[in-house]
Amino acid sequence: MIDTVTVMFSVNGNDVSAAVEPRTLLVTFLREHLGLTGTHIGCDTSQCGACVVHLDGRSVKSCTMLAVQADGQAVTTIEGLGTPEKLHPMQAAFNENHGLQCGFCTPGMIMSAVDFAQGNPSPTPHEVREWLEGNICRCTGYHNIVASVEAGARAMAKA
Amino acid sequence: MYAFDYHKPRSLAEATALLNANPEARLLAGGMTLIPTLKQRLASPSDLVDLGGLPDLAGIFVGDGEVRIGAMTTHATVAHSAEVRAALPALAALAEGIGDPQVRHRGTIGGSISNADPAADYPAGVVGLGATVVTDRREIAADNFFTGMFETALEPGEIVRQVRFPIPEAAGYAKFPNPASRYAVAGVFVARAAGGVRVAVTGAGPSVFRVPEMEAALTASFTPEAIASVLVDADDLNTDLHATAAYRAHLVGVMAARAVTSALES
Ligand SMILES: Cc1cc2nc3c(=O)[nH]c(=O)nc-3n(C[C@H](O)[C@H](O)[C@H](O)COP(=O)(O)OP(=O)(O)OC[C@H]3O[C@@H](n4cnc5c(N)ncnc54)[C@H](O)[C@@H]3O)c2cc1C
Ligand code: FES
Ligand code: FES
Repeated sequence: MIDTVTVMFSVNGNDVSAAVEPRTLLVTFLREHLGLTGTHIGCDTSQCGACVVHLDGRSVKSCTMLAVQADGQAVTTIEGLGTPEKLHPMQAAFNENHGLQCGFCTPGMIMSAVDFAQGNPSPTPHEVREWLEGNICRCTGYHNIVASVEAGARAMAKA
Repeated sequence: MYAFDYHKPRSLAEATALLNANPEARLLAGGMTLIPTLKQRLASPSDLVDLGGLPDLAGIFVGDGEVRIGAMTTHATVAHSAEVRAALPALAALAEGIGDPQVRHRGTIGGSISNADPAADYPAGVVGLGATVVTDRREIAADNFFTGMFETALEPGEIVRQVRFPIPEAAGYAKFPNPASRYAVAGVFVARAAGGVRVAVTGAGPSVFRVPEMEAALTASFTPEAIASVLVDADDLNTDLHATAAYRAHLVGVMAARAVTSALES
């Protein structure tokens, strides 16, 4: 008989406490227990980055973490970044630079990009491409994503 | 994923006791290898023992001619450490080249070497530098640590605590990465130290290995030209969908020369 484990962490600034099965992935917890479906699942191999969230401010793949491993930490998802009325500067930059087509990869791209831009306010296109190694897009060809991240990083530095 | 029980011990002794009490238990470090394995139902441990609650296992110490890295230190921490970059830039560069930023934020050196993936980067650094693996019960020399494909000298329940790297005079690492995962199709770590030159190859064979002919040639002359005529035998190398054994043998020569060039520039 497997015991459930009680986890307590904050999600987008709200305290969350829940009893979970140890095998519950963080992404499953976010999507199915909390209804935060902005975080996507795009692969089984930890390679696509559609599931990227922040754990204490650093980007991680929520499909490759157990919810229990986030105990005591702060999780931020795309829903915690901005609102439709007041987009985060990185979200606005993706909008303005046409950095998406179908949008499936976009939440992970933006969460990854925000982590990157926090440490690099004026990145070169090459640095952006290196950083986005862990985020796969099947639509855009990346060009406009790179332009979006450059613009978003500059906007974040000004904000 | 199959169900399992979860434990987060607060001391190494508690972790050992949990492993001893549950023979089917597995340690969990960064989870970047173990969790995908569990998701694919390729492993079914009864219990996971999470090392994430043992801060003593993470950290970097540079001094006494060595760089000591705690088992739970992430690849990102090693890559960005000013101390490692100053004392052993080749190792920081190796860590920076693993996977992608999100993998580096979670994956650890202890998990990487315990897993002993034939295409992992750290084994080349550990063997190339002649490091020592410190566990909860003994010290294991790098040359005795990796024993085969996904196999190490670790006994059941043994926990890696730290890796101690002697600081060389010069070192370099070069890999030909798989374009999707960044694992090494072939990677070569070269180090020159008072004790001699060491050349360690990952990705090409079933497990990390040294190339004595290159070590002898580089001891005579530490230049890329010195190894230009050394051929690596393809017989024992891997053939898979990424590369044939013959191509890997060729890549080992090219990566070794690049590693020497990088060592000379550092
Ligand atoms: C998309 C992707 C790309 C990757 N690319 C690369 C790459 O380019 N190069 C590369 O080298 N690696 C790569 N990796 C693997 C990555 O480096 C892993 O982090 C690493 O192999 C395992 O470390 P971990 O801390 O995540 O260990 P875990 O997955 O938690 O554990 C791995 C194994 O080691 C055991 N273990 C963990 N810690 C200890 C310990 N202290 N003592 C004893 N046993 C222990 C566990 O029980 C388990 O069997 C990649 C992974 C992914 C998902
Ligand atoms: S869902 Fe693909 S990396 Fe997480
Ligand atoms: S916009 Fe469709 S996957 Fe990136």
